[in-house]
Amino acid sequence: MKQALLASLTSARAPYGRWLGFALVLLIALPLPFLVKNFFVFQLTLAMVYAIAILGLNLLTGFNGQFSLGHSAFYAIGAYTAAILMDQYGVAYYWTLPIAGVVCFVAGFLFGLPALRLEGVYLALATFALAVAMPQILKLSPLEPWTGGVQGIVIIKPNAPFGLRLNPDQWLYYFTLAVALVLFFCAYNLVASRTGRAMKAIRDNPIAANAMGVNLSLCKSLTFGVSAFYTGVAGALGGIVVQFVAPDSFTFGLSVALFVGLVVGGVGSIAGALFGAWFVLFVPNIAEHVSKGLAGAVYGIMLILLIYLMPSGFAGLLRLVLVRFASASRR
Amino acid sequence: MELFLHQVLAGIATGGIYACMALAIVMIYQAIDHLNFAQGEMAMFSTFIAWQLIQWGVPYWAAFFVTLALSFAGGYLIERVIMKPIQNAPILSHVALFIALFAVINSLAGFIWEYQIKTFPTPFGTHPLFGVGLMSAHDAGMIGVTVAMLVFLYLFFRYTRIGLAMRAAAANPESARLVGIRVGWMLALGWGMAAAIGAVAGMLIAPVVFLEPNMMASILLYGFAGAVVGGLTSPGGAVIGGVLVGVIENLAGTFIPYVGRELKLSIALALIVFVLTVKPSGLFGRSVVHRV
Amino acid sequence: MHMHKYLIPALALGLTIGAAAPAAAQKKYDPGATDTEVKIGNINPYSGPASAYGTIGKTIDAFFKKVNAEGGINGRKINFISYDDGYSPPKAVEQARKLVEDDEVLLIFQSLGTPSNTAIQKYMNAKQVPQLFVATGATKWGDPKNFPWTMGWQPSYQGEGHIYAQYILQNYPNGKIGILYQNDDYGKDYVKGLKDGLGDKAKTMIITEQPYEVADPTIDSQMINLKASGADVFFDVTTPKFAAQAIKKAAEIGWKPVHILNQVSSSVGSVLKPAGFDNAKGVLSTGYLKDATDPQWKDDPGLKNFFAFMDKYYPEGDRTNGLVGYGYTVSQTMVQVLKQCGDNLTRENVMKQAASLKNLQLDLLLPGISINTGPTDFFPVKQNQMMKFTSERWEYFGPVMTGATGS
Repeated sequence: MKQALLASLTSARAPYGRWLGFALVLLIALPLPFLVKNFFVFQLTLAMVYAIAILGLNLLTGFNGQFSLGHSAFYAIGAYTAAILMDQYGVAYYWTLPIAGVVCFVAGFLFGLPALRLEGVYLALATFALAVAMPQILKLSPLEPWTGGVQGIVIIKPNAPFGLRLNPDQWLYYFTLAVALVLFFCAYNLVASRTGRAMKAIRDNPIAANAMGVNLSLCKSLTFGVSAFYTGVAGALGGIVVQFVAPDSFTFGLSVALFVGLVVGGVGSIAGALFGAWFVLFVPNIAEHVSKGLAGAVYGIMLILLIYLMPSGFAGLLRLVLVRFASASRR
Repeated sequence: MELFLHQVLAGIATGGIYACMALAIVMIYQAIDHLNFAQGEMAMFSTFIAWQLIQWGVPYWAAFFVTLALSFAGGYLIERVIMKPIQNAPILSHVALFIALFAVINSLAGFIWEYQIKTFPTPFGTHPLFGVGLMSAHDAGMIGVTVAMLVFLYLFFRYTRIGLAMRAAAANPESARLVGIRVGWMLALGWGMAAAIGAVAGMLIAPVVFLEPNMMASILLYGFAGAVVGGLTSPGGAVIGGVLVGVIENLAGTFIPYVGRELKLSIALALIVFVLTVKPSGLFGRSVVHRV
Repeated sequence: MHMHKYLIPALALGLTIGAAAPAAAQKKYDPGATDTEVKIGNINPYSGPASAYGTIGKTIDAFFKKVNAEGGINGRKINFISYDDGYSPPKAVEQARKLVEDDEVLLIFQSLGTPSNTAIQKYMNAKQVPQLFVATGATKWGDPKNFPWTMGWQPSYQGEGHIYAQYILQNYPNGKIGILYQNDDYGKDYVKGLKDGLGDKAKTMIITEQPYEVADPTIDSQMINLKASGADVFFDVTTPKFAAQAIKKAAEIGWKPVHILNQVSSSVGSVLKPAGFDNAKGVLSTGYLKDATDPQWKDDPGLKNFFAFMDKYYPEGDRTNGLVGYGYTVSQTMVQVLKQCGDNLTRENVMKQAASLKNLQLDLLLPGISINTGPTDFFPVKQNQMMKFTSERWEYFGPVMTGATGS
């Protein structure tokens, strides 16, 4: 019994382990808002938002092998879409998520088309260019009536519906949790499906994949779109949680953070996105605690150590531990 | 017409900065097949070391060469100590490591030398050439040094044994090992040289933009742009690419009406993306053909 | 879920007991204040593109150490908690919430940067926590009707722009103005101030506006455009690094306009010295603080206090760096507010006292300039005096002016 359980946890195909993981996460996550301070609830919500964004990046880079340093741009588009819809058109916050997602899907798909010709480092640079250009585009004076220019847009946090006795922070936590669960579930399914296999085939050996009948251009562009969708939804959520969007919120530094979260969490691992998000959100705070003047250096050193100790990220380490455990108990 | 000429010359001058940085980037790319995001910070740190030496009374040229030597050693050490443990890890881990290096070096520099801007002397003087205000002696000197380094690198890679060995080690480490090349040493050598070139770039750039820990961040960006436009496999292309980026950015900012000024950076970047889509390996780069 | 049911009744009981306790003296505390300490929160960019301003946070920290060493305020020590936001608005929101909800500070003092402060303004006002003496000159911080818990401190950018407009209209009525400005909130605020001050003549007098981004390595291209436009009055709205570049470049290309430099970059040590004193000769600006390098204040008791503070508590600080004098003065203002609070350390009283500063003279304020606030006047420092840079230091001239501000 124990062996079967462990085997399922480590097996890539059997879903029981996944369900167990889900259940565990839910068990811990559900009662949290009532046990901890509001501020921590806020941070946890932000962590989930980043996890969704990193998951988006993972779909593109981890599963499809397309190196992107530009996801802060999609995050920004999602955030601004939500902000403009809520501020100027009075759209309810829950509708902004799918709209932001679709807008970003289109943006990602369109960007993915010319990017088809680019490989590795060159794609990284093209996406890098996109990320760096985004703040400037957001500040453009012709667009100011919508984007608020450099002043940004302030958003009002929604209250809990149906008169539930939850404060806005708690409600947003559950809302984000629900969205995250749905998106993670979809991601798992996508990756395990035929499309997912096609994605991974392109990552591992594009020529062979092509020879096997995978439509490279369509698959790669679609993946770009889906990846942007995820990050865009995350951006919309993020904007609502922080209650403010401004060009300075979406600099290249955000892309770097997402990328670091991807590597730390584990490239090609969906669950890893959550670990990566935790790292990106909490480690800079820890570093600042250790040394105000050298916070950046402490952060860098911690990152270096992490990469040495866990070259495949948290998720890789977890898998390793479980496998060892499973093989040890099999004897 | 006069404005056009001015902007072109100014673009060449600024482009010289980008070209210098682009050269260091191409250098590291030739050696390790990756782009090093920490290149700019290493250059900045080297420049601070030079500045400190000068503050302590060391004459300019002595400080210059001491800094070069120290930078070379530093780059070499970074490769041997920090990069070696993960040499077999996937490329993404390497990139993450570069990012970590960036954070560490930037933070250290700010901690040691604070964030107030500092002047850095130039060996070329600041009097203008070709009449007032078109180009200063320093700008011309910077381009001259960049071209000199370029020639040196070209000769080094083309006609020396070590250069050949480095290229082999980067292109195909397995085969290189088989013919007796010490691949590890070649990598470290590449890092050292890139660090030294970066140091020269930093020391040439600082007199223009003033020395401070955040000096290189945006220049690195433009340096990448220049290197990519010119072709990452071609040092000469990188230099031309850097100058091109500078000129086009200036012209776009000046002559495109209404949004040109606000979109200078975006236009330069859009250009990069355009060049890449039309010619994926850059203007002068060699297209790489993989064996299936 | 069970906890929730009993939590509220338990709280209510506790509160009733607490309220029933004899009202010992008139001591009133909000979170962050006790008999022995006052917790003051702060958000500063210690990393990232604006890290040069981290000096302010360090200066304030040193000043509060001095206050504590001298016995504190009304017997209470100041616990100064400062967090880094890297000039990123989402991070600022996180740090603000941390300070208010986790560290439970009494107020947030001198948070820096317009985007960061914009991001937390609604939150601070909703939570009714003072967002006091914010470190930006954006004009929107003086709006007690809509944001009663937010107050600025330094002369507003628009007000300063007005003063320059008056000067130009008086002295160069036919001038052709070229503007170099940073393409963000701060830069645009200054430009608006100048335009409003010029009124109808703005359209005819301003012949070119050149923006730049913080990410630009140099502003050479913009400077060339400015010279080519034929402008003879140069309104320079740049942060220190770019200001130094602008001054240097103007000299290099042989352009000698009437150079008006924004106060933000008027520091001798951080801007004019690197740019070159020769190049900076004749540059105009405004100021409200005494320059530490100016020999006319040699025997000034205010400056002597400042130097004594620097020697003992912040010896590694650079006294020619304008940010240090700024940090010193704004900290003194904070101390004054706390003194006026006495034993009533509620947040409401803190704002009330902050809005009741009358003719406050501080060590480094220029003679004739004092701090005044009122229930509808949330601009502590309103006055500026114009100054001209001659050979090695600023020389004040003309009257002390009050910059009238629009909205």
